[in-house]
Amino acid sequence: MKHTKKWSKGISYTVLIIMAFLFMMPIYMILVTSFKPIQEISMSTMWNLPQNPSLEGFIKAFEKLGPNLKNSFLLVIPATLISCMIGSINGFIFAKVRFRGSNIIFLLILFGMFIPYQSILFPLIRFLQSIGLYGSIWGLIFAHVIYGIPITTLIFRNYYVDVPDEMIEAANIDGANMFKVYKDILFPLSLPGFVVVIIWQFTNIWNEFLFAVTITSDPTKQPITVALVNLAGSQVVEWNLQMAGAVVAALPTLLVYIFLGKYFIQGLMAGSVKG
Amino acid sequence: MRKSRKLIGFLVVSPSIVAIAIFVYGFISSTIRMSFSNWNSYSKLVNGEFEFVGWKNYERLFKDTRFQTDLWNTLFFTLLFILACIVIGLFLANLLDRKLKGGRFFQNVFLFPYALSLVVTGTIWSWFFAPGNFPMDPSGINLLLKNLGLGGLQWGWFTSTDTIGHFNVALIPVIIAATWQLSGYTMAMYLAGMRGIPVSMIEAAQVDGASNWQIFWRVKMPMLKTVTLSAMIILGHISLKIFDLVYSMTGSGPNNVTDMPAVYMYDLTFNRDRYAMGSGVAVIMLAMVAVVIIPYLLSTMKKED
Repeated sequence: MKHTKKWSKGISYTVLIIMAFLFMMPIYMILVTSFKPIQEISMSTMWNLPQNPSLEGFIKAFEKLGPNLKNSFLLVIPATLISCMIGSINGFIFAKVRFRGSNIIFLLILFGMFIPYQSILFPLIRFLQSIGLYGSIWGLIFAHVIYGIPITTLIFRNYYVDVPDEMIEAANIDGANMFKVYKDILFPLSLPGFVVVIIWQFTNIWNEFLFAVTITSDPTKQPITVALVNLAGSQVVEWNLQMAGAVVAALPTLLVYIFLGKYFIQGLMAGSVKG
Repeated sequence: MRKSRKLIGFLVVSPSIVAIAIFVYGFISSTIRMSFSNWNSYSKLVNGEFEFVGWKNYERLFKDTRFQTDLWNTLFFTLLFILACIVIGLFLANLLDRKLKGGRFFQNVFLFPYALSLVVTGTIWSWFFAPGNFPMDPSGINLLLKNLGLGGLQWGWFTSTDTIGHFNVALIPVIIAATWQLSGYTMAMYLAGMRGIPVSMIEAAQVDGASNWQIFWRVKMPMLKTVTLSAMIILGHISLKIFDLVYSMTGSGPNNVTDMPAVYMYDLTFNRDRYAMGSGVAVIMLAMVAVVIIPYLLSTMKKED
């Protein structure tokens, strides 16, 4: 009995190591390529380790993508913070105050997070043109704030539902009004919720492509995802540059994942498994 | 007092309600309206020459071989992608559910691709699968196969125009890339589900002499039905609207072998000024997603009441 257990453990580890190896293969390739100098870029040696590791690719990638990296931060930070505030307030109302029809309205809001954005894209662009935000980072921020309402509301609502009603009732008896209940009871309790939603929105908006490529056409205004695709489309030979660019584009969300992984996983659970 | 509280509550969320009413439902209506119009050129758009043409755009789309290919591609992509994610996700979750030492490390390895942008994934895998001038001068995975003495297995990957029935085999590398990104996520869903299964149930089965295999199928799987359903719906709605990955990895490909409705919609609307037809594609995409999502939303809501 003990013997077979040891065996099955051994097999489990072997399988896990093989799977981990397969999962890491593209990462191996992206890393070895990004650290190669241009002379070493050749199809026949693409799996080899760099002979003379060099930062050439990264220096060039920063030169080319630096402005877009900055655009991404200028987009993601305000969009995340604004949609977080809206989500928190909405979540509080839908979880703890409620009003006639609030469940139906909540459902109608939720549907907004599943729609293919293609189905609102053209009217959205015309609207942004009419208010003068088309082509700017602010136009993108606007889009992400509006279409972020469903997911942020959902995560905060699910978070607040677990706060015991007694806490709120007690505050009401004391004559504390609704805003005080939110400010003094729910808001301080919801800091971990804020971390989850901030990480979630940060990652999603950073990684987003469809709005970015259609709302900003001027290359100096584009976020990094669009710039990366353009880089890959324009250069055929400089693979070290492209792979370094991919690393640069991935790094911020990857760092968030590495250091705040716990909240990242909470976010993806809160955003998917409901009820 | 109570009543006024509810009124204030409604007022507080009303800006969001108005925003969703306009920017989701209002804009969907205007896309639907546009899909029945003659706006298939830039001049008609700027001059505002709006005319209803009935189902004409839809008729054209369904007769269009590119759009037909897109629908077949979506069907095969969705089925194979969901299947691959669920099989791999379940397999990994079951291995990691045994509380192995270092399990957290493996979990992180499998989940990290989820944190990447689909555009980054597309860029990486387009190079990984770039076939090169095989069999003599291959690149990427073909080169690896050649070096491993498996040169006979080289093929065109996403540039191949081979088909099996209506299935374009060039989709396989795209499905692999998508599965790489989302099977870890599926694993995380199953792991969360497995933690919800009472240990006593599994111990009871062990006492009765059940093997791991039997425990998996007879005890765990029935308890994971809802997770499986959620995973299928979430993965399904991702694949029905997939755009970033295909656009950055392969584009439409030769003979549209890796084309998708979302890529065609982009092409029609932003490269060819066929706004009405592009809107038609968008409406069809919305209908496909709605068929999957609306019953799901209604059922989760019912469960809560």
